[in-house]
Amino acid sequence: MGYLLGIMTLICCNIIVVIGLSLLTGFTGIFSFGHAAYMAIGAYSAAILTTKLGVPFVLALIVAVMIAALAGRLIGIPTLKLVGDYFAIAMLGLGETVRLLLDNGGKLTGGARGFGNIPGKTAFPIAFVIMVFSVIVMRNIIGSRYGRCFLAIREDELAAECCGIDTYGLKKTSLTISAAFGGLGGALFAHYITYIQPIMFDMAKSTEIAAAVVFGGLGSLSGSIIASIILIGIPEVLRPLYQWRLVFYGLLLVGTIVLRPQGLMGGREFTIQGLKNAAQWVQEKIPGRGKGEKR
Amino acid sequence: MSILKIEGLTKVFGGLTAVSNLNISIPQGRIYGLIGPNGAGKTTVFNMITGIYQPTRGIVEAEGKSLAGLKPNQIAQAGVARTFQNLRLFKKLTALENIIIAGQYNTKYNLVTAVLQNRAFKEEEKRLRQEALQLLDLVGLSEYAEYKASNLPYGHQRRLEIARALALKPKILLLDEPAAGMNPEESLALMGFIRDIKDKFGLTILLIEHHMEIVMGICEHIVVLNFGVEIAHGSPEEIQNNSEVITAYLGEVEKDDAAS
Repeated sequence: MGYLLGIMTLICCNIIVVIGLSLLTGFTGIFSFGHAAYMAIGAYSAAILTTKLGVPFVLALIVAVMIAALAGRLIGIPTLKLVGDYFAIAMLGLGETVRLLLDNGGKLTGGARGFGNIPGKTAFPIAFVIMVFSVIVMRNIIGSRYGRCFLAIREDELAAECCGIDTYGLKKTSLTISAAFGGLGGALFAHYITYIQPIMFDMAKSTEIAAAVVFGGLGSLSGSIIASIILIGIPEVLRPLYQWRLVFYGLLLVGTIVLRPQGLMGGREFTIQGLKNAAQWVQEKIPGRGKGEKR
Repeated sequence: MSILKIEGLTKVFGGLTAVSNLNISIPQGRIYGLIGPNGAGKTTVFNMITGIYQPTRGIVEAEGKSLAGLKPNQIAQAGVARTFQNLRLFKKLTALENIIIAGQYNTKYNLVTAVLQNRAFKEEEKRLRQEALQLLDLVGLSEYAEYKASNLPYGHQRRLEIARALALKPKILLLDEPAAGMNPEESLALMGFIRDIKDKFGLTILLIEHHMEIVMGICEHIVVLNFGVEIAHGSPEEIQNNSEVITAYLGEVEKDDAAS
């Protein structure tokens, strides 16, 4: 039971990070392969605050989110002037830079040996409540004029600019929010796992976050959530297969790219009505049942 | 008094002068045409007016205010809206969302109220939606409100792009080849549509067009560009009979050919 709760806590932390990147990549159309950096910034900031300075957990979370958001904002100022792939490459560089800085942080970060003795404050109920809260906040942002501006930028940046949208400013907003979510997920993660190491936030982690966004479908919040659950859950379910589980993980990703390049949800959101429609569609396909019979 | 004034407008790309010393002055409520062969610099003029390119020299004034140094989004908010030669709709979004996006530039709520979804937020959203629906109704697209922009018939997409520009509540509308890819009947309908919106919204229009029946049909004044230089301007009749314009479009008539 403890094991299962642990996996579910981990999934909650990851959902927060992935929906953060989903806003930037799925809704604003800006790819980033260094998003683990914001997670690392959040994780280390919160860990230093609670472990070394004795700051209460909740306050540490808030401060960590603000530090991650500020980092996103500052990094966005020069890099968001870059167009397309160049931004993704700059973020790749950022991810490595942050990891190396933490590696060489001396006593403050514990260097490559890691940072231990973090209080295990992230119990499953806390992680779950914060995750649900994060999802609601994100949903509201996406449903507002900000969300529409992000979508407009994704669809056609020049046209968005000519529709009165300050695209550079809003791209910075998108990155800031995205980084804040990354920081929150990282801070929760640090207080669940109680021991963090720079290598946990390397390029592989960034790729994993980006893969979840693409796998879930660009421009679908529910897709990102479902993908996070599957991508964290599957390797755990397959644990009895030892090394073979990574093969299945790879097959799952390749299969998605080949069979469903638009991602699980393909830009749509998961709704009860959508579920009903899907059920109806399945019924019609089954011979001898539903409306399909009449033809 | 002219509502849109262009003086000595010049754009140099490296060694190429795309537009050279152009002067246009459009009085309030008129429809002006900008024509010329391919590559004459017409779209470059639009890009300079809307701030996408910075002019090398010259000034652009809208309603007596200089647009120099303003970014495209600021110019759009200052009352100069445009459409594009190759449609630039937000393809995966619905027709309604396309309009709302352009109409929301002065929305009165911030990120915090958007997250809290308080009453001010809900009222603003409702207003945006209603305004957009009204506009769709005015351009005859209300039944397509929930269609994805890319799924609309081509002519309707053109109309939607104009409607999106109108959502910015502009004083000046720049149309870049609004009839591109349209058949004669659609072009004719478009002509009526442009006249219609001009009167309803009190617009001043500058349009680029290759369909001569449209240009001659609705423009009160025409400016002809060739290789970035203005070669003629005047009423449609004057332009039709201008030998230099005919040469630019059809080429020189060789004496031998004329004889044979």
